Amino acid sequence: MTSLVTVEDLRVSFTGSDVVRGVSLSVAPGECVAIVGESGSGKSVTARALLGLAGPGSAVRAAAFRVAGRDAFAFTPADWRRLRGGFAGLVLQDALVSLDPLRTVGAEIAEVLATHDVAPRGRRAERVLELLEAVGVPDPATRAGQRPHQLSGGLRQRALIASAIAADPPLIIADEPTTALDVTVQAQILRLLAGRRAAGTALLLISHDLAVVASIADRVLVMKDGRVVEEGPTRDVLAAPAHAYTRTLLAAVPSAASRSTRLTTGEPRGRPTPDRSAQVLAGTGLTRSYGPRRVVDDVSFTLHAGETLGVVGESGSGKTTLARLALGLLEPDAGQVTLHRRPWSHRRERERRPLRPRVQLVSQNPLDSFDPRHTVGRLIAEPLRVHRDARHERVLDLLARVGLPPETAARHPRELSGGQRQRVAIARALGPRPDVLVCDEPVSALDVSIQAQVLDLLADIQTEYGTAMVFISHDLGVVHHVADRVLVMKDGRVVEEGDVAEVFARPRHPYTRTLVDSVPRPVPSPHRLDAAGAA
Amino acid sequence: MIRRLGAGLAVLWAAATASYVALLLAPGDTVDILIGDGADTPEIRAGIIAEWGLDRPEIVQYLAYLWRLLHGDLGRSYQLQRGVGEVLAGQIGPTVQLTLAAAATGVALAAVIAIGTAGRGRWPRAAASAAELVSVSVPPFLIGIVLLSVFSFTLGWFPVSGAEGPAALVLPALALGLPIAGVLGQVLRGGLERALEQPFAVTARARGLTERALVARHALRHALLPAVTMAGWFTGALLGGAVITEVLFGRPGLGQVAMQAVTSQDMPVVMAVVLLSAVVYVTISTLLDLAYRVIDPRIRS
Amino acid sequence: MPPTSRDAVRPAVRPAGWSAVPLWWLVPGAFLAVLALAVAVPGLLAAADPLAADPVDALAPPGAAHWFGSDHLGRDVLARVVHGARHSISIGVAATGLAVTAGVLLGLAAGLSPTWLDEALARTFDVLSTLPELLLALLVVAITGPGTVNVIFAIAVAQIPTYARVIRAQTFVVRRSGYVEQAVTFGRSRLAINTGHVLPNVLGPIPVLATIGLGQAVIASSGLSFLGMGPQPPAAEWGAMLSEARNYLRVAWWEALFPGLAITLTVVCLTVVGRRLQRRFEGRTP
Repeated sequence: MTSLVTVEDLRVSFTGSDVVRGVSLSVAPGECVAIVGESGSGKSVTARALLGLAGPGSAVRAAAFRVAGRDAFAFTPADWRRLRGGFAGLVLQDALVSLDPLRTVGAEIAEVLATHDVAPRGRRAERVLELLEAVGVPDPATRAGQRPHQLSGGLRQRALIASAIAADPPLIIADEPTTALDVTVQAQILRLLAGRRAAGTALLLISHDLAVVASIADRVLVMKDGRVVEEGPTRDVLAAPAHAYTRTLLAAVPSAASRSTRLTTGEPRGRPTPDRSAQVLAGTGLTRSYGPRRVVDDVSFTLHAGETLGVVGESGSGKTTLARLALGLLEPDAGQVTLHRRPWSHRRERERRPLRPRVQLVSQNPLDSFDPRHTVGRLIAEPLRVHRDARHERVLDLLARVGLPPETAARHPRELSGGQRQRVAIARALGPRPDVLVCDEPVSALDVSIQAQVLDLLADIQTEYGTAMVFISHDLGVVHHVADRVLVMKDGRVVEEGDVAEVFARPRHPYTRTLVDSVPRPVPSPHRLDAAGAA
Repeated sequence: MIRRLGAGLAVLWAAATASYVALLLAPGDTVDILIGDGADTPEIRAGIIAEWGLDRPEIVQYLAYLWRLLHGDLGRSYQLQRGVGEVLAGQIGPTVQLTLAAAATGVALAAVIAIGTAGRGRWPRAAASAAELVSVSVPPFLIGIVLLSVFSFTLGWFPVSGAEGPAALVLPALALGLPIAGVLGQVLRGGLERALEQPFAVTARARGLTERALVARHALRHALLPAVTMAGWFTGALLGGAVITEVLFGRPGLGQVAMQAVTSQDMPVVMAVVLLSAVVYVTISTLLDLAYRVIDPRIRS
Repeated sequence: MPPTSRDAVRPAVRPAGWSAVPLWWLVPGAFLAVLALAVAVPGLLAAADPLAADPVDALAPPGAAHWFGSDHLGRDVLARVVHGARHSISIGVAATGLAVTAGVLLGLAAGLSPTWLDEALARTFDVLSTLPELLLALLVVAITGPGTVNVIFAIAVAQIPTYARVIRAQTFVVRRSGYVEQAVTFGRSRLAINTGHVLPNVLGPIPVLATIGLGQAVIASSGLSFLGMGPQPPAAEWGAMLSEARNYLRVAWWEALFPGLAITLTVVCLTVVGRRLQRRFEGRTP
């Protein structure tokens, strides 16, 4: 059988700058091909170019470009429109914005039916419900009348998939279809896609995450800077990566196995031994409500010197509120926080202020935490309690400590990359020589190779200064890599806690078990996800 | 909805209070101010003192004033020797005609320009944005003067002044509508362009929709949202512009009444015009607020 | 470890276009410079006396004697436009200055106040900003009578609520920003945070707002002058000149054209410069 899509030497440029520089790929009917790469690798543009949607101002060239057995360069706009939705359905990240937020999901799905005239007008409403049912949306009659914001992340992603398959296309192009989702929901959506594939639909999957594609793809292409650096059967690429970049990517993924190595180099690293006799920060019976909702409900924790306490949980589990309680930015309604066994919550701000440098914050989005007018140097100098003359020198020390050149001090954070900004945030938090670093999703916005650098940096700092860390993340692999002990949170409560290896290897609570089972593994599993579990 | 009504009443109350405070703050004797240039006899003075309760404490005067307003009594103009309500009622027709025609012109032009140029390449967009820039930078009366000298004096297509027949409405409606079209056009076009860059627009294109269908079924609705939040500006531009347009084109209407009242310092009429414009504002913004809820059902839940 | 910038690479979706052309700074900048000169030393740009009437020479078309022609009383239009800049611009500047000052103080007061007071002030701003500016200005003039100072006052009063609302909203955003929260964790005092972060970030956009606002104030003042509320004849003021000129449109287009152009160009240039500043401020273009 001929392939559905074939491109040879695809090049896409935007006003002179090449974003895709010679990509060849083909997708055969019923096959699942994955493109994996970090941001800026050109993977999304490649996928969109296959639908003639590379974007305004783009120039697309290729040695050969065949879609549905025809030469794509000969297509009229009407030809393209027939193919979009009819031949290939597109599923993007985050249905909250990828479906029209002002229209009901039913109307969105019906629009495909009308555009491609696959169901007569009178049958469309019925067909919408069938489609929603097919993608595992319970109570489709109610859901069809709702808008994306009224649905949970998982349900609206299913609705988006329903709209992509409405005209029964032989190919689905899914661009980071699970990136905005919680890990348990991600597993469900992957099972749904696997189910479509088992039913005969070909799948082109775009992802930044090798582990996500491992369970489902037949072949994988690894992209970097607009080129394919490696391709082959998924099993081979993952088990024996031929290209150095693929190896780096795989090594950079934090997990249980990487606990005692540096992610960037694979060299062994030392872990500081926590001093269990020196309690630094502790909370007992912490409760905090917003309106009627208890966001944090009876949570207790202790953090010792040199220790890393991981906090995992899905969105809405109360992790960030817990971080704010630990930082003394929020007072608990009940319970109390102590710092070095002395009261930290329920104090007058004036008494707490001199102690504040002891507890510092590294947040997910450093740009929000920087005064937009200030240079890097001034940002890092802000928390320093040293004499003016010594300040500049100390700023340069800190910059050097986080691996940034001294010139960075004069620059604005806007001009820096995401990884560099996070280094600046870490340098600033280190300035007051804190006893505790509260890291709230510090690497969630970063590519895996940058994430590896930042995690290594945090590990080095901990080894060097013995700083205790509260490390909040939705990513079990990251927590497994960095933490000594872990709290698992759900709906504001701690459902399980203990030694990280123990908790993840032998979870006692059913929720922890679901969480652990949902994590995609980069190692190809012997048994593929089966189609039966699609719902 | 009840909140909305309460807010509307608060605006009306505040407008009434503001004009009342203005009357009290005005330098000189309140009786003199209320008479303005009208006939001044001891009987009239006594009548004013009785009507406004000027011999009673100020708080009582104020409450009595609100009480009269609640009963629809806008007071009396001592210069025109007529009830203020009567004066306004006699002149409201031409102004309603003018503002409705101008609003329709402005909205229609804005929609045409925005839909015609959004996402259509560099030159149409640049031309539209230059036209919008000029239309918001030219004082409304200057637009009127240009229209007059071209279409009335040079070409003789439309009458120079008055309000006789539909032809006399064309130039004033254009003069008042063009600046509105400029501002609204800018907002709509910006909204359309932002909407067309959203992920849902990519999804919609990937469904095989034409650009036209994408704009009509998806983007336009998003672009309307910022436009309907401009109720305050819209009302101000219409009512304030109506005063100038009526004076320039010699049209009868509330604007002329207001101007005469200001020139002759006929305070009861000025206060009534301020109140009336507050009523118009409250009505328009309530309607647009309802429209917003229809366009964006998200804020209902 | 070398820093990486790989994750900063983003495809440029849109061409840089006009924003690269410095002409957009140069032209409005040059015009505004000439305008400033006209306000400061009008005699340098136009030698003729703006008030000297010469009935014999009335309604002369533009030519060697009168570059911009002469008006219905035989006054030199060029001289009147140049000298008119002083009236028109100073009314705008004074009104904007007054409105910005009062608006900033009120907006900050609301933004930094306890919640109940902030709510009360915010509602007041909302209500006041609902009244059409021109009608509010007319209300003020109805009480105070026409004249330059009263027009300044009227325009300022009408614009205060707008500035107050913007500043309050900005204060609200900055106070809840990540960098203010971060400063709290550094143990900095409330005063240090307010003076070090809140004030500069709230006040930063004011020059931009004031530039665009000045354009609107010039339009508003010319409107009031056109209605006869501003500087009284024979003073040269652009709006008042247009008001007189409209009676002679049939015979002397130049009497209306030049003051009209003056107002329009002034406002266009102020708006262009204001928007450029705004973009630079928001970091959209370097």
